[in-house]
Amino acid sequence: MEKFFFEDDNNRVTGKAVVTGKAKYAAEHEVEGVVYGVLVGSTIAKGSIIAIDTKAATKAPGVMKVITHENSYKVPGYDYGGNPAKGLTGGKGLQVFNGNTIYFAGQPIALVIADSYERAVYAASLIKAQYNQDVHATDFAEMGKSVIAVEGQRYKDNIRGEADAYKNAAVKLEAEYIVPNEVHNPMELHAVIAKWGADDKLTVWEKTQGVKSAQRSIAAAFKLKEDDVQVFAPFVGGGFGSALRTWPHSIAAVIGAKMVKKPLKLVLTREQMFQLVGYRPYTKQRIGIGADKDGKFIGITHEADGVTSMYEEFTEGTVNVSKILYQCQNVTTRYKLYPLNLSTPTWMRGPGEATGCFALECAIDELSYLLNIDPLELRLKNYAETDPERNRPYSSKFLKEAYQLGADKIGWKDRDPRPASMKQGEWQVGYGMSTGLFNAGRGNAKASAKLYADGTLIVQTAVSDSGPGTQTSMTMIAADMMGLPVNKVTFEYGDSSLPPGPTQGGSTTTSTLGSAVYGVCFALQNKIIDILKTDGTFNKTDLKVEDVSFTDGGVLLKSDPAKKRTYSDILSKAKLNQLEVSDDSKASEQMRNYSAYSYSVHFVKVLVHSKTGVIKFDKIVATADAGKIISPKTARSQMIGGVVGGIGMALMEEAVIDNRFGKYINNNFADYHVPVQADVPEIEVAFVNKPDPILNPIGAKGMGEIALIGFAAAVSNAVYHATGKRVRDLPITLDKIM
Amino acid sequence: MITFDYIRPATTKAAIDALKKESSAQFIAGGTNLVDLMKHGITAPQRLIDISRLPLNIIEQKGNMIRIGAMALNSTVAENALIQQQLPLLSQALQAGASPQLRNMATVGGNMMQRTRCAYFYDTTLPCNKREPGSGCSALQGYNRMHAIFGASDQCIAVHPSDMCVALAALDAVVVIADSKGERRLPFIDFHRLPGNSPHVDNNLAKGEMIVGIEVPLNNFVKHYRYTKIRDRQSYAFALVSVAAAIDIKENIISDIRLAMGGVGSQTVATNKS
Repeated sequence: MEKFFFEDDNNRVTGKAVVTGKAKYAAEHEVEGVVYGVLVGSTIAKGSIIAIDTKAATKAPGVMKVITHENSYKVPGYDYGGNPAKGLTGGKGLQVFNGNTIYFAGQPIALVIADSYERAVYAASLIKAQYNQDVHATDFAEMGKSVIAVEGQRYKDNIRGEADAYKNAAVKLEAEYIVPNEVHNPMELHAVIAKWGADDKLTVWEKTQGVKSAQRSIAAAFKLKEDDVQVFAPFVGGGFGSALRTWPHSIAAVIGAKMVKKPLKLVLTREQMFQLVGYRPYTKQRIGIGADKDGKFIGITHEADGVTSMYEEFTEGTVNVSKILYQCQNVTTRYKLYPLNLSTPTWMRGPGEATGCFALECAIDELSYLLNIDPLELRLKNYAETDPERNRPYSSKFLKEAYQLGADKIGWKDRDPRPASMKQGEWQVGYGMSTGLFNAGRGNAKASAKLYADGTLIVQTAVSDSGPGTQTSMTMIAADMMGLPVNKVTFEYGDSSLPPGPTQGGSTTTSTLGSAVYGVCFALQNKIIDILKTDGTFNKTDLKVEDVSFTDGGVLLKSDPAKKRTYSDILSKAKLNQLEVSDDSKASEQMRNYSAYSYSVHFVKVLVHSKTGVIKFDKIVATADAGKIISPKTARSQMIGGVVGGIGMALMEEAVIDNRFGKYINNNFADYHVPVQADVPEIEVAFVNKPDPILNPIGAKGMGEIALIGFAAAVSNAVYHATGKRVRDLPITLDKIM
Repeated sequence: MITFDYIRPATTKAAIDALKKESSAQFIAGGTNLVDLMKHGITAPQRLIDISRLPLNIIEQKGNMIRIGAMALNSTVAENALIQQQLPLLSQALQAGASPQLRNMATVGGNMMQRTRCAYFYDTTLPCNKREPGSGCSALQGYNRMHAIFGASDQCIAVHPSDMCVALAALDAVVVIADSKGERRLPFIDFHRLPGNSPHVDNNLAKGEMIVGIEVPLNNFVKHYRYTKIRDRQSYAFALVSVAAAIDIKENIISDIRLAMGGVGSQTVATNKS
């Protein structure tokens, strides 16, 4: 594609619906005869249920059913009577109401169904469970002590070159970094409406980042044909990874709807959002890094201790960043996983890379002071021109350009390199920077397109949009390909019955789906060319796509621009009401010879109050090599959103567990802090905006993850520069600086 | 479902009478805290007496003091010209509290009556002496980085979360309290209580009484004043510690000084010296 010509008219196509309340989120769909389910959670973190007294709840006004492990409909895809001690396996999830074992506080032990939400809430408060309580393990300080790591092949040391080579370097650093449990906390609560129809067909309105993956998960659990389950998610009020899987509450809602034979709505409480839909897992990391006197890296050792639940394995690529971000011959990584009495973590924006880059990018900053080399210069000295792990070229890499853009915009050259040297009244001034990277992938997707005789185009695919503006960017790609104004193009999505689109995660939607939309429009172009070859319009029976421009709602001949036909003309002459095509899109064979990554660079200027330790941002610059930028406005918004998430990670987010009770203690929006407007300064976003020539035909790489990855390190580095104090455990609250 | 009556008496007297009649009745004004407490099952009044529309929202100068009606909204008081001119410290403290949405609902009387935000108070599955006397204090050995520095007991270390109250303590405010017999006045600094052995009692309001207003004497703290609030984020966060400070300078000499601290105890800690 040559250009995107709507760059000045790039509003979110659903923006008006969202801000005027017309957009319907999962719990807002009006389903006739709906009843309300409320989940009751375990008050203990480990043990078993001896008995549940549901009598009072069952008798409460409006209550239709109380479901527990004792009377639950048996989910056909569940493993009843199985031994939970078989060992951890990934991806199985908690089987709700299957057995009486308690693995974590808040684990659903009952579903109360009533004719109103308020009645269900009240009845839920009457459920009394008797437990056989065991000693739970939720204390991170016990990892490696009383809590023993999971064993297995994937937890073996990974050594490139010489093991722990950093130890022999002229200049070296060893340090430990901690990222606490963080909760996604999208504004929209997780919610589901489940409705069984005739012939065991199931309709589900679900908060999900993937209508197809939700359809597959639910169909598998209830042993239904996929086509008999239809999942809708037209609007998703944020996910950040928490809506990437189908969680037990959704299965509980489907069970409940089955048992009361009515459509059932279930909305989690904010407290349950801490317990039931994943979190970024606490990770303790140790970095050893060594360089020669000129700053050339000799070795990096990166160790991480992560956590998972007692019933499921969840791992992250935390240590992998050290293998790929810099040129270094000797890299040793070690990853250990500790099961605790918590629910299973899940991917949270930037997943393991955000955790890993916090440690690595702080360590490099620390090393730069030992070497007396500018931290940006140190990174450039160790710039990887090819993938050091797989020894192959990058599909594209413009990280140097991203560094330069950011350094210029923040005024990096004005920085006095000495720590605690810059002042502004009572405030200490600090500059910090960091790098982030994330794999740039492309998956499979299918899209269909219908061009109508009135010159309108509908493009369809089963994808969710949890916020990045996928409908907008896909609309723009289709509009650009077909030479139509955006208001003539409708992008239909959020319905699992549409052609299969990707799950929105791992920063692959634009690359994957954008390629499919490009592909289906290309197919449509060819179909139009086929008509034009024979209808005599241009008198060219060997007409090719390259011979024409698709513009102004029609086709014109490049060699003779006066010869122009609108789509309406073409279709009506051919006596067609519509043209319909579909396209399967997948990564090219060529990609196997390349590595593809997106890169972000964050520069921050912080002010730290010399007496109180209060940290404020003076300016933030976020730059990225995310390939070709398809939709500049929503791309910029996504970078800003990532930075705001990064401010939370850096300065305030921590889900605090009281280990005496094994439960979260700040499980609400007042006590679990995310940034508010007053915390967010001017954020300047700049993209290198060079297309990746290999990854896909549209040249775009991903950017949802990199927007956040590395940011917290930039802040820690800036706080050190401002104060001379190094904070290695997030969040950087003011008591850690004073 | 826990049901309750809702009534809206037309006069202050009728509201006070209604409170007397039903032992579990409670006043509601903005409801910004009470509704949360009801949702959490911490309180379950059988009757809510809505006093938000009583004619108690007047802000006026009366002789050498300013009287603020108990039902004046936090946002109204903060933006009131008389308050900004004569009691700018109070305006500043109010602006530091909560969020604009909450300030638009919360009243002056309700602000004083709000309960602690100690997390253990809100989790009804855990011990808390303030919520359930004799059950124990979970915060003592728990997550308590925002808890009391002064005046705590071995029964309770919760703090009162108000910003407004810190300014009122600094400015020698007086609480005007009414019951069916008439009015009484209580120095603001004596309104809230230390926990001692009865942490479930937040203040010295007697049964059947209503806060009808606040009186703040006119002062010279209009030039040199500051409400400083240290918190974990820049807005919508309770204070780790806050300070209301004011001085009066006459001929280069500090003739009067006020200093009060918030977020450090169940009362505002004031060290007022003339």
